[in-house]
Amino acid sequence: MAEPKQFIRELPATAELALSTEDLRVFYGSKEAVHGVTLPFERYKITALIGPSGSGKSTFLRSLNRMNDTIDGSSVTGKIMYRGLDINAKGIDVYEMRRHIGMVFQRPNPFAKSIYDNITFALRRFGEKDKTVLDEAVETSLKQAALWDEVKDKLHKSAQALSGGQQQRLCIARAIAMHPDVLLMDEPASALDPISTAAVEDTMLQLKDKYTIIIVTHNMQQAARISDYTAFFYSGDCVEFDETRRIFTRPKMQATDDYVAGHFG
Amino acid sequence: MNAKRADKIATAIIDVVAGIIVLILASLLGYILFRGVPQISWHFLTSPAKAFEKGGGIAYQLFNSFYLLFLSMLISVPIALGAGIYLSEYARKNWITEVVRTSIEILSSLPSVVVGLFGFLIFVLQWHLGFSILSGALALTVFNLPLLTRNVEDALHQVAFTQREAGLALGLSRWETVTRVVIPEALPGIISGMVLGAGRVFGEAAALIYTAGQSAPALDFTNWNPMSISSPLSPFRPAETLAVHIWKINSEGIQPDAAAVSAGASAVLIIVVLLFNFGARYLGKLLHKKMTAA
Repeated sequence: MAEPKQFIRELPATAELALSTEDLRVFYGSKEAVHGVTLPFERYKITALIGPSGSGKSTFLRSLNRMNDTIDGSSVTGKIMYRGLDINAKGIDVYEMRRHIGMVFQRPNPFAKSIYDNITFALRRFGEKDKTVLDEAVETSLKQAALWDEVKDKLHKSAQALSGGQQQRLCIARAIAMHPDVLLMDEPASALDPISTAAVEDTMLQLKDKYTIIIVTHNMQQAARISDYTAFFYSGDCVEFDETRRIFTRPKMQATDDYVAGHFG
Repeated sequence: MNAKRADKIATAIIDVVAGIIVLILASLLGYILFRGVPQISWHFLTSPAKAFEKGGGIAYQLFNSFYLLFLSMLISVPIALGAGIYLSEYARKNWITEVVRTSIEILSSLPSVVVGLFGFLIFVLQWHLGFSILSGALALTVFNLPLLTRNVEDALHQVAFTQREAGLALGLSRWETVTRVVIPEALPGIISGMVLGAGRVFGEAAALIYTAGQSAPALDFTNWNPMSISSPLSPFRPAETLAVHIWKINSEGIQPDAAAVSAGASAVLIIVVLLFNFGARYLGKLLHKKMTAA
């Protein structure tokens, strides 16, 4: 009997999905970087995507809010279901969709504007003019991102003068000020020192009450600490998807076992 | 010879070469200013040139230079912005884009006298614009456009790709990301490049000799009707600029004080270009501060 190539745990029927993919494939030119991934993402949970470099996890994540559209020669096939809608279909308003599915990148990328403007910029673009509303959005989102106390006295100073860890939390605040449903995070702590990393992780655990988070990480302790579900990617395939505690204690697939034990990657 | 010694010798050679360059430039600049500044007076700046007697000024030429500069920037800046934004933000990487980019590069290394003769054939003769400010402004546009476009594209390229991702990920459209995120950040670079380009245009002579002409007919500064030929604003009148004036005095000037006028005019030209350069830096820094809240 041939060994199965992958194990994807079915979520219980009661689980509410925030997002799911069906046979999602990503191509760069003629090269297929992600091979037909089908995954569910439960609402108000953190799902971690782990795997060695080049396994396709970041590419997969970036296709969820169609950021791969911006890369010349890339194409994505398959379905991305969000509220009963295939957002990978033609005719979807990508810009509108991205307001619901926010993203935080590997390297902090605050705008070359003040801290205040970084957060209010997009809100104002989408028509919010009331200053009290904007002020409140700044305070709430900075508090949620655990940055408020550090920056409340210099809101009108340049965001790029902040430390790397503070910049990354500002980027998180900027993303959640839009009140997205889903927050995609692409190795958000990989460029940060341990203290900033801990702060960002705390932030994520607090955000879980209101947001569905999908995070790519190279750091397996991080995945184990913060996530509810984990998907292990290898060579463009999702090899295993399960509850995090099972992935790290009793993985079903040999490759997963080798990876979480630190044998490769 | 050990590495340390070799390093010392190399450093010394580089220092000497750099010193020679600075010395040449400083002496040229010093010579022009030293000879020319004593000639500059209010009278010199505000009275018209004289063809046969001494005591002529450069009023019309100075005005023509600025007006021509203004018109040519009015034409070239919007085109350069559009082309630069397209090349940097929208053009896909394919052979058409490469052809455009190579053409721009070739165009930017065209000798200005060639641009002048091209302008003479096309704008002056073919389009029947005659020797006029408009012909001159169009020739200067041909001369300046490639460099400005390049400058805009480079300035936009300096903005990190992650900034565009940040804008798009917040749900801004590509156009909004370009206009609200990328351009503000690139603006200091764009503006200083434009001002430097203005300085280059201001000192240009060869492209203008055959297009804007070598005569400066009397201007009536009370007549602001751009359609009237004696109005300073008329784009259809011939207009000798400062740089062309300097060239003409030196090649065929018969004024008794030709040397003094030439020296004074050269100094004025150099000073204006220097002001443009310092202005570009100052403006760039100021804008950067304002835009980024730094």
